Amino acid sequence: MDYFIELLFAGLTRGSIYALIALGYTMVYGIIGLINFAHGEIYMIGAFTSFIVATVLSIYGFPLLAIVVIAGVAAAVWSSAYGFTVEKLAYRPLRKAPRLAPLISAIGMSIFLQNYVLLAQTSDFLPFPELIPEFAFMEPVAHIVGSSDMVILVTTTLVMIGLTCLIKFTKIGKAMRATAQDKTMAVLVGVNVDRVISATFVIGSALAAIGGLLIASHIGQINFYIGFLAGIKAFTAAVLGGIGSIPGAVLGSLVLGLTESFATGYISSDYEDVFAFSLLVLILIFKPTGLLGKAEIQKV
Amino acid sequence: MSDSPLILQVQGLSKNFGGVKAIDNVDLDIRQGEIVALIGPNGAGKTTFFNCLTGIYSPTSGEIDLSDPRTGKTTRVNGKKPNKITEIGMARTFQNIRLFPTMSVLENVMIGRHCRTKAFIFGAIFRNAATRREEAAIIECSYDILKQVGLHKQVNEQARNLSYGAQRRLEIARALATEPFLLLLDEPAAGMNPKETEELVALIRLICSEGHSILLIEHDMKLVMTLSDRIFVMDYGKKIAQGTPEEVRANPAVIKAYLGEDVDA
Amino acid sequence: MFPVKELKRSALIALWFAFLTFPIMVIKVDPIERVVQYRWDNMFFIAFGSFVISILAKVYVIRKERRAVSKKETAATEPFAQRIIREPRFLYPLVLGCFIFGISFPFLFSTYQTNIMTTALMYVVLGLGLNIVVGVAGLLDLGYVAFYAVGAYSYALLNLNFDLGFWVVLPIGGLMAAFLGVILGFPVLRLRGDYLAIVTLGFGEIIRLVLENWNAFSQGPSGIANIPRPGFFGMDMTFAGGITYIYYLVLLLVVLTIFVVNRLQNSRLGRAWLALREDEIACQAMGIDKTKTKLVAFSLGAFWAGFVGVIFAAKTTFVNPASFTFLESAIILSIVVLGGMGSIVGVIIGALILILLPEYLRALSEYRMLAFGAILVVMMVFKPDGIISNVRRSYHIRKQGLSEGESHE
Ligand SMILES: Nc1ncnc2c1ncn2[C@@H]1O[C@H](COP(=O)(O)OP(=O)(O)O)[C@@H](O)[C@H]1O
Ligand SMILES: [Mg+2]
Repeated sequence: MDYFIELLFAGLTRGSIYALIALGYTMVYGIIGLINFAHGEIYMIGAFTSFIVATVLSIYGFPLLAIVVIAGVAAAVWSSAYGFTVEKLAYRPLRKAPRLAPLISAIGMSIFLQNYVLLAQTSDFLPFPELIPEFAFMEPVAHIVGSSDMVILVTTTLVMIGLTCLIKFTKIGKAMRATAQDKTMAVLVGVNVDRVISATFVIGSALAAIGGLLIASHIGQINFYIGFLAGIKAFTAAVLGGIGSIPGAVLGSLVLGLTESFATGYISSDYEDVFAFSLLVLILIFKPTGLLGKAEIQKV
Repeated sequence: MSDSPLILQVQGLSKNFGGVKAIDNVDLDIRQGEIVALIGPNGAGKTTFFNCLTGIYSPTSGEIDLSDPRTGKTTRVNGKKPNKITEIGMARTFQNIRLFPTMSVLENVMIGRHCRTKAFIFGAIFRNAATRREEAAIIECSYDILKQVGLHKQVNEQARNLSYGAQRRLEIARALATEPFLLLLDEPAAGMNPKETEELVALIRLICSEGHSILLIEHDMKLVMTLSDRIFVMDYGKKIAQGTPEEVRANPAVIKAYLGEDVDA
Repeated sequence: MFPVKELKRSALIALWFAFLTFPIMVIKVDPIERVVQYRWDNMFFIAFGSFVISILAKVYVIRKERRAVSKKETAATEPFAQRIIREPRFLYPLVLGCFIFGISFPFLFSTYQTNIMTTALMYVVLGLGLNIVVGVAGLLDLGYVAFYAVGAYSYALLNLNFDLGFWVVLPIGGLMAAFLGVILGFPVLRLRGDYLAIVTLGFGEIIRLVLENWNAFSQGPSGIANIPRPGFFGMDMTFAGGITYIYYLVLLLVVLTIFVVNRLQNSRLGRAWLALREDEIACQAMGIDKTKTKLVAFSLGAFWAGFVGVIFAAKTTFVNPASFTFLESAIILSIVVLGGMGSIVGVIIGALILILLPEYLRALSEYRMLAFGAILVVMMVFKPDGIISNVRRSYHIRKQGLSEGESHE
């Protein structure tokens, strides 16, 4: 039973990290219909930025809480800046181009950013500083649920609530929903679509950065290549939930996280990634609208 | 005309999009050699009706039967793929022109010959005598059709560089290349100037005289009234009237649909 | 001359990039030794570089706009490269020259150079194969390398287990890849373009991961070594002789591929592919079987990858899963995109530039993948047609009757 609960929490943790990344995919897809292939790299850059900032601060002897806060903010700020810039450079000029053009551009961007970090930093795995202490009050259940699992779950829940409020109640959130529903109508009622798209990229990138910080401190190491697999898996989760749907992204992520956790725990861990990729292929083939997505009918 | 064989029979055709009944229980029939018009206000479901006939949408319910007048064979086509339906002998044009924009005018028509020709990988690579003959025949036939619609001087022009009216005629040429016995035209005169429209009327007559039957959607009432043998009227997905131009013109339901409530009062 | 407003804008852009790249370009930490290194010179390079690039980009855009305006008055001018390809009196001597150069290459250059050229030519074939799928038929296949892997492993495994020789496996490898293409293509080709791209990517990764994990079958990550080079009527060859031999083999394959791809493009099938790329719905309404046509393109492309895969295994005498990552697919895609989708000459030039340049400019080789990524973005944004856009065939129709016109490319 303990083992089951351990796997359950491991799966939820994993799933909530996927969710932080998957939201970026789903929001961008909902608004401009693009699979933002470089999103995994934005997450990786978030992890790297927090790694650099946290390590510098810890070398300079800052207290742990300050390190966590500053590293988190820095990661969110720079990831957002990258997301914003990538959209402007690589996607905005292609808004009217055939559908595959921005996707190819996104793939190029992803490869570019990976190698940019590789060249500017290193190809080695880097040890990530321990930002989440073992809490004393978690002692009795520590063998089942680690402190960092707890922190991840709580943080993600808070972030999700924040995001929901943002989309439901703020002006930009309403503009985002309007644009996602019907871009032409949104323009007609005076929504600045360019700004909405930029905002979507900024928000999605910030979420991914938080995910990057959390997972890096959870796993304890990073390198320039972590974005690829994480990106694919989060994308799988977004498609599983129904791409374009925000609750779908969260649901899909949790389902994927739990399935992976139980499959590796009870079956074998050799084929963990094969499993994720197979799931991706199967959903796209058999139910491309996912669990909560709406079918798109092409008008002729 | 009423003694010539039926080539298209539609019974109880319906198409729902979510809750919207875009087509609601529509019957329609066409006989060999007829020019039939389908009219109705914007959003009445005419284009959707075409899309169901040609297999681009699958109808929610109803039956569509096509009978080839050349062989007398009848086929139920609902549920069949669009390319199969074209092969049987019904071709169409699109309301919002869908040519192959960067291919040449001639090539656009040559694509129409695809379903009547055979050469495949082997023929493509080895270019044997049969393939060369077939290719020459494709070009010849396509050129003849282009001559008919008056585009033979622009064979090597990219389709996207043609004028609007010429693009509409090219769509017709492309559809004719598939050797249809029934040709569906979705608003062929839209965006044409009066002179172009006049030429179009002549072209449709010519096509009809060559043995193709025609079903056309059109808003230009003058064109509809002069050309059609019979007219079907749709509104809000339902068929509200049918008959000869004179009958339809006098039908109060049609007047109401076109001019709104108050006229009728 | 250049407006001050634009200079200000470029300065702002430079500032933005200096800020953007600050943590990653400037700071470098060593978490073990606990030292921080600040590389301020990098910040300067970035700022200066982005300033210059933003000005150049602006100049390009302004000139393009001007040209677009003036184009309406003057007749459209064709780019120089395009004109050469269109005119037979330029094209034929050029082709002949290239061919003679290709034939004499091993005599003119060292074994080392020949080996590099062989690699480049293999990418030419891969590029031409993928070009059928992506460039002509418009199906973005991001798992192309999987078919390459199937070819390579076909030779490695069939040779290891059944002692089959190169010449026997060569067609088998191609057919296996094509067969796999059909199996995969059947369910996925009805998907929309971007989903198809992701599914093929997933599929490519699955193949690689299986090769990596299924030790009993493929010997896992360590791969299979001592694969024999191709024989030549049972003759023993020196090392250098073997390399020259493979070079000619690949050269022959290049010629064959160009011939076949050219014929395919200018056929009933090739037209259907192009039409499919431009408008799927219109295509179906014209009586073209979408699935079948796509499937043929997909599996023909796979066939070529399988073919080159067998040669790859024979050339390197060693295969392991690391040679077949997603990045390999991305490189081949860059070749097609840079060269010009659908253009044979473009793809050849693209492959030669992308593969040879990093080999000869050693200083650049580190930046190879960075450049590939940038190429994909820059080409999409500025020149989606590639360096040489596909030249459409034109038909000359004679008064009395009809005859097929000349066609090039
Ligand atoms: N793919 C689709 N999805 C949802 N609704 C559609 C679709 N195609 C058509 N409709 C709806 O069906 C109705 C009829 O449209 P249409 O057939 O285009 O009308 P018409 O051609 O008579 O102007 C409209 O209300 C339109 O919005
Ligand atoms: Mg309509």
